[in-house]
Amino acid sequence: MKIGTYICKGCGLGERLDCDNLAMIAEREGKSNIVRQHDYLCSAEGVKMIQDDIDNEGVNHLVIAACSRRAKTEAFDFDGVAVSRVNLREGVIWVRPDEEELRETTQEMAADYIRMGCAETRHMTPPHPNENRGHEERVLVVGGGVSGMKAALEAANAGYPVTLVEKSGRLGGAMADVWKDIPTKAPFDVLVESPVAGMAKEIEEHPNITVYLNAHISRTSGAPGRFSADISVESGSTVTENFGAIIQASGFKPYDLANLPEMGGGKIPDVVDQMGLEKLAIEADGGPIKRPSDGKAVEKVIFVQCAGQRSDKEGHLPYCSGHCCMTSIKQAMYFKDQNPDIETIILFDDLRTPGAPGEDFYRAGQDKEITFRKGKVAEVVADGNGGVKVTFKDLILNEDDTEHADLVVLATGMVPNAGVNIDLPVTEEEEASEGEGEGEEAAAEVSVPVESILNLTYRQGPDVPQLKYGFADSHFICFPYETRRTGIYTTGPVRRPMDVAQALEDATGAALKAIQAIENAKLGRAAHPRSGDLSYPSFRKEGCTQCKRCTVECPFGAIDEDEQRYPVFNESRCRRCGTCMGACPVRVISFENYSVDTVGQQIKNVDIPDEFDEKPRILVLACENDAYPALDMAAMQGIHYSQWARVIPVRCLGSVNTIWVTDALNSGYDGVILMGCQKGENYQCHFVKGSEMAHYRMSKIDDTLTQLNLEKERVQTYEVAITDIERAPKLINDMAELIDEIGQSPFKF
Amino acid sequence: MTDYNQQMIEKYRGNFLKEVEHNVEEGEWVKMCMQCGVCSGSCPLGPHWEHPPQEIFMMIRAGKRDEVLKSDSMWMCTSCYNCIARCPRGLPITHIMHGLATYAKRLGLVPKEQPTAKFAQLFWDNLTKTGRVNELKLGLALYFKVGEGLKTALENKDLGLAMIKAKRMNPFEIIGGHKCKDIKGLHAILAKAEEIEERKIGMKA
Repeated sequence: MKIGTYICKGCGLGERLDCDNLAMIAEREGKSNIVRQHDYLCSAEGVKMIQDDIDNEGVNHLVIAACSRRAKTEAFDFDGVAVSRVNLREGVIWVRPDEEELRETTQEMAADYIRMGCAETRHMTPPHPNENRGHEERVLVVGGGVSGMKAALEAANAGYPVTLVEKSGRLGGAMADVWKDIPTKAPFDVLVESPVAGMAKEIEEHPNITVYLNAHISRTSGAPGRFSADISVESGSTVTENFGAIIQASGFKPYDLANLPEMGGGKIPDVVDQMGLEKLAIEADGGPIKRPSDGKAVEKVIFVQCAGQRSDKEGHLPYCSGHCCMTSIKQAMYFKDQNPDIETIILFDDLRTPGAPGEDFYRAGQDKEITFRKGKVAEVVADGNGGVKVTFKDLILNEDDTEHADLVVLATGMVPNAGVNIDLPVTEEEEASEGEGEGEEAAAEVSVPVESILNLTYRQGPDVPQLKYGFADSHFICFPYETRRTGIYTTGPVRRPMDVAQALEDATGAALKAIQAIENAKLGRAAHPRSGDLSYPSFRKEGCTQCKRCTVECPFGAIDEDEQRYPVFNESRCRRCGTCMGACPVRVISFENYSVDTVGQQIKNVDIPDEFDEKPRILVLACENDAYPALDMAAMQGIHYSQWARVIPVRCLGSVNTIWVTDALNSGYDGVILMGCQKGENYQCHFVKGSEMAHYRMSKIDDTLTQLNLEKERVQTYEVAITDIERAPKLINDMAELIDEIGQSPFKF
Repeated sequence: MTDYNQQMIEKYRGNFLKEVEHNVEEGEWVKMCMQCGVCSGSCPLGPHWEHPPQEIFMMIRAGKRDEVLKSDSMWMCTSCYNCIARCPRGLPITHIMHGLATYAKRLGLVPKEQPTAKFAQLFWDNLTKTGRVNELKLGLALYFKVGEGLKTALENKDLGLAMIKAKRMNPFEIIGGHKCKDIKGLHAILAKAEEIEERKIGMKA
């Protein structure tokens, strides 16, 4: 090991800090073999100086004392060496006022960060790509609807072989049963053919796509780059194939009409759902649409939006299915295009027409004289004259009204076809610890899991985890398609409710994600969100107590167990968050460049002045995804925080091992602040459960504090968003004030 | 007039939207309203309307013929054009309101003693009599025929005097006043125009 420390004097560092003193500390205390200062380290010349030392002097552990690790990442990108970035700019001089009497404490801050950087790099190993990797390029697409077909075509056209498995006997899914589709081109007033037939033909003719109809997946195992799946085909036999990535496009089931008896669902034959109307339209094939009861041509039709959805009634769907307003306009056009004199009324609560064609399509509907009335339906009954009576409250005129029609179409919603809800057996436990519940309960009611889609052999369960209301995703906005099973991407209505236009776009995204996973797996690198990271977790087997906490707490199901119940890390499934590392009670899990030691040693190497100096120390463990950037941005805006703070970025708050907090308190720190992302139902944690796990673990640290006879307030855990630019420094300052009040820690030596 | 009303009821048989589209100026826009309510919120007289424009449009689509045409709402419009400027769907709301008022008048459904309607009639009569507006007579008619009364008239006396001073109003107009050159010709033109219009809208064969 040869440590080289490089201190930058640019950006005002040279003026504000005594860099010679820092260099001396790096050499004597940090045990650096080479220490160099440079006026402008990120310049070509400065970078060359470092590269020369790597090439000629054999330096393999770097300490770059300059700006934040988030800045100049391209300049300071060195291959094959362990790099520790010391944040003297955003972490020290920019968060402290430039005043003569404060120079001493500012210099101490910088000196501590140099000590921490040297300690960190000493305990790092230059990361190597994971050897346990697969090179399979084939993509498995489960589901042959619009989303599945689109994903298959996109992946195949990009040069990746695709196997498409469809459980029914034909391609097309739900969209194969519709008469016409919503236009995608201006002026958005002429209905178009469903894209299904064209896509199915393209797939059948595509040399890169193999299709299995009447087939399902009976077993899936492996990891990105080396998945293996058993495909049970019609004949009863099983085909086993290997895949690089999996796209699950298992679609949706229409909400059961029979759940809406108050709206005549399942009771009156002339009350149908949207799929039911498509059937009637296909039968009519451009002629007059006839009502099911007696075959009379429909002269007046009423569409009821939000039937059994966007409702908190038991058994109803709490969410909006997104496509139904557009679909009802389309279906009203079926009537208007055939005969403009047919009266069509759409009773809506909030008309939602998302997407590019949305507003224009709505306008086209109005132009065709579809009547839109804002109203809430109270009841749908047979009127005794062969028609249907709809009683509703007009919400604009604020009065009750009734309409009679030949046919009523209920816009019921989409129920995701997401397979087994693997979280269900543990909901009790989870609810106790999370304090959430409503969403999950509702999900439990609406999704009646029938059979698994993927039949994963993962210890965590046979299907991908569900997010809300039974939809399989991990974050609708921040990480679409990314399920909590690396290399398995969901797309289409199984992920969130959507229409055809959105599904086509969604499937393209999922195909790109699958390709990214395949390519990263080939190189032994991490997938999202630490895409390209080479490090991976490993564990010291002789120390392991087989407690299973890592396997249980891994948010991504990356860890299985072997026969002796030791953890088996599937590196390609791992997202490198370190939640396992934080979980391990015996601290045997580590990454090459991120471990209990790399952080623990930083904590230990901070200089703790004795109590008479009256210089407290506050340890801040900040999530590198949100909290650390928030502090960086605060620095850029010139917001100051306490000189007693020593900030250490962590991959995720979930990787924080409680030993760090205990050690810090034992060695005389006066306060500890943990900053992670928002947890709970609307979490923003980049690793889904990390922040939540950390908060849970920290809630148990009170015992330790009591044993040490310390005030509970000395350890604080916060949820900090990337936008908390003013709040994050304030939390640090609040802690400094608190220490002023309650006094310093008695553990200083 | 009521015959014409009956004639229209029979012609459109409950399809009031269609009736409005065919007979009301800019009526074909009514179906394009998306019920956002910006017009009602923008109307300076909004609180005084029985049914603000958003509601009027909804009522038309709900087939509430009598309630719309007998309402005095559209007569309240002062033509400030706030609603037109703000309507996200670009509906010419002011014009539709005037169109509805005109149509209601044609059908004989204007509420009795509706001041705007009354004043509009006075203005028309005043203007067509001589081909020129007689400001003095019009002003007096506003106070004493429409019913603003003596009190309002006295409140505005300074304004009247100022208008006389600026030669905008002539006190001698009370005994006749200025007129166009060929009154007979004007009346003939108006009678012909009325005849053409009535034929066009089907009031007369």
